Amino acid sequence: MPIFALKMLFGDSARFYGMLLGLAFSTLLISQQASIFVGLMTRTFGFVTDTPQPDLWIADPLQRFLDDNKPLRSTAVQRVRSSPGVDWAVPLYKGLLTVALADGKRQMAQVIGVDDATLIGGPGVMLEGSLSDLRKPDAIIVDVRATEREFRMQNPPDGGPPRGLRVGDTLEMNDRRAEVVGICKATQTFQSQPVIYTTYNRAVEFAPRERRMVTMVLVGVGDSADRAEIAAGITERTGLAAYTGPEFAAKTVGYWMAETGIPINFGTAIVLGFFVGVAVAGQMFYNFVLDNLKSFGAMKAMGASRRTLFGMVVLQAATVAVLGFGIGIGATSAFGISLPEGRLAFRMIWQIPVGAAISVIVICSASAALGLWRVMRLDPADVFKGE
Amino acid sequence: MMTTAPPTSMAISARGVEKAYVTGDTKVTALRGANLEVKPGEIVMLVGPSGCGKTSLISILAGLLARDGGDLEVFGQDPQALSNEARTTWRREHIGFVFQQFNLIPTLTIAENVAIPLVLHGVSRRDACERAVLALAEVGLEGRQASRPNLLSGGQQQRVAIARALVNEPKLLVCDEPTSALDGQTGQRIMEIVARVGRYGDRAGVVVTHDERIFHLADRIVHMDDGRIDRIGPPPRRNHHD
Repeated sequence: MPIFALKMLFGDSARFYGMLLGLAFSTLLISQQASIFVGLMTRTFGFVTDTPQPDLWIADPLQRFLDDNKPLRSTAVQRVRSSPGVDWAVPLYKGLLTVALADGKRQMAQVIGVDDATLIGGPGVMLEGSLSDLRKPDAIIVDVRATEREFRMQNPPDGGPPRGLRVGDTLEMNDRRAEVVGICKATQTFQSQPVIYTTYNRAVEFAPRERRMVTMVLVGVGDSADRAEIAAGITERTGLAAYTGPEFAAKTVGYWMAETGIPINFGTAIVLGFFVGVAVAGQMFYNFVLDNLKSFGAMKAMGASRRTLFGMVVLQAATVAVLGFGIGIGATSAFGISLPEGRLAFRMIWQIPVGAAISVIVICSASAALGLWRVMRLDPADVFKGE
Repeated sequence: MMTTAPPTSMAISARGVEKAYVTGDTKVTALRGANLEVKPGEIVMLVGPSGCGKTSLISILAGLLARDGGDLEVFGQDPQALSNEARTTWRREHIGFVFQQFNLIPTLTIAENVAIPLVLHGVSRRDACERAVLALAEVGLEGRQASRPNLLSGGQQQRVAIARALVNEPKLLVCDEPTSALDGQTGQRIMEIVARVGRYGDRAGVVVTHDERIFHLADRIVHMDDGRIDRIGPPPRRNHHD
């Protein structure tokens, strides 16, 4: 009977396509909104994932998330270095500074100052130039995304047509010259500011003078070392907070989840997506079963077993679920692929299709269960009762 | 998988069959000791006013409804003595149904509709459809196997329903008002088909109807009233003007 069950489903084309659209739209809404949410959350700790070298991130204990800079005393680096188990510790500067382009345009940028000696904390992906070029005088490395957007010059100093920032161009920060020596690819920040890498000492010169300039201390430990134990030791000795990369990322996401309305907004859209599925596809499938109740009753009278009828309804629900989910998740993927890189935060982790699939399964199972309840309770003698 | 029934001289033997429906505090008695015997090769028509118990009786005969009292044997088998599963199988193997509203599945071709009892019986879809085409030819619908039910007239749809009822070669054909949704002439033709195929071999047929124009096609007319079989008599002689 499976083919007959499918022909019953496909034959009712208006309702079949309605169910598919309902489930596809529900899947699209759930997975697309969840992917954007995850993308946004990923941006909040993008610098942590872009910087794989440190085993521990040392920050002020009151720092609530990655960008909540609470600078440390300059002695913090030495104090951390002297903690047991620490192989190396380097300072990191991270702050928002005003950048003046050669054509006079001014733009806020996230400036990251990495250790002068080791360049630990530098960008992971270089598109032009090399990380070691940071050792050149006045050197900075700029994120590729900003070169054609925020740092695009309408009146370039060479007098040509409007163009993006290139290697060799100069900028100014705090009245100090900076020369672009490389183009890198960095994860876009949550607030989408351009990202500029330079050395720590140069960054300190670019930044307005403050008593405390070390934003964080990056720490390396031995491969076999117990990071939790070393982190606890650093905290005990220095009073500073010590996190592994994943812990720092989780702390940052936790802040955005708990302290902003972002999860509620996206959560509402995701829940709406689920209810769209229930209201459209779930109800349509239930109505489909109800409309075919006489046919199921006739089959029951003709000797279709309960198992046969159960199998038919489950097959119909599963078919709608698989196709609707497939179209929906395909549309979400196409949406994600079609986006210009960095334009919209979009990150589809494997848990999102799984979650959307579970939602679709719940919708289809519930409507199939309701339909089955009617089919199973159907009295075959009812087929002798006229319209 | 066919269940073998013990040899019996009667196709149907019903004695003192009782049935009541209880809804809350209300009890409605549908059958008050109905007695009926039908021989193999015989077509019997159940007639009577609405609510007299005709539908309850054929539902019990076809193993669709449990009786409250009395004895019943259909080709030697009491359907109520079987488990639910076995009764479903018994129905599948021995009973052919023709419903008042045809109950064809609109999204299947007519061959597929006819093939349903065979597929339920485990026959492959291809073989079942081949046999369905033969059954359709038997009721005058050769060449129409690929049509959808909604493209057929009411009479043609009922012929499809008859083909579906017969494709499994059932022993008992149960028809519920097979002509009520059809005009007189079409109904007459349909009943001629039922009368022909319903007597084939040792098959028996029970037809519930209000349509007096087809009474002459029966071997006996069973009049029911108030849950009882009032009288059983021969069919009226056919009026040549009909």
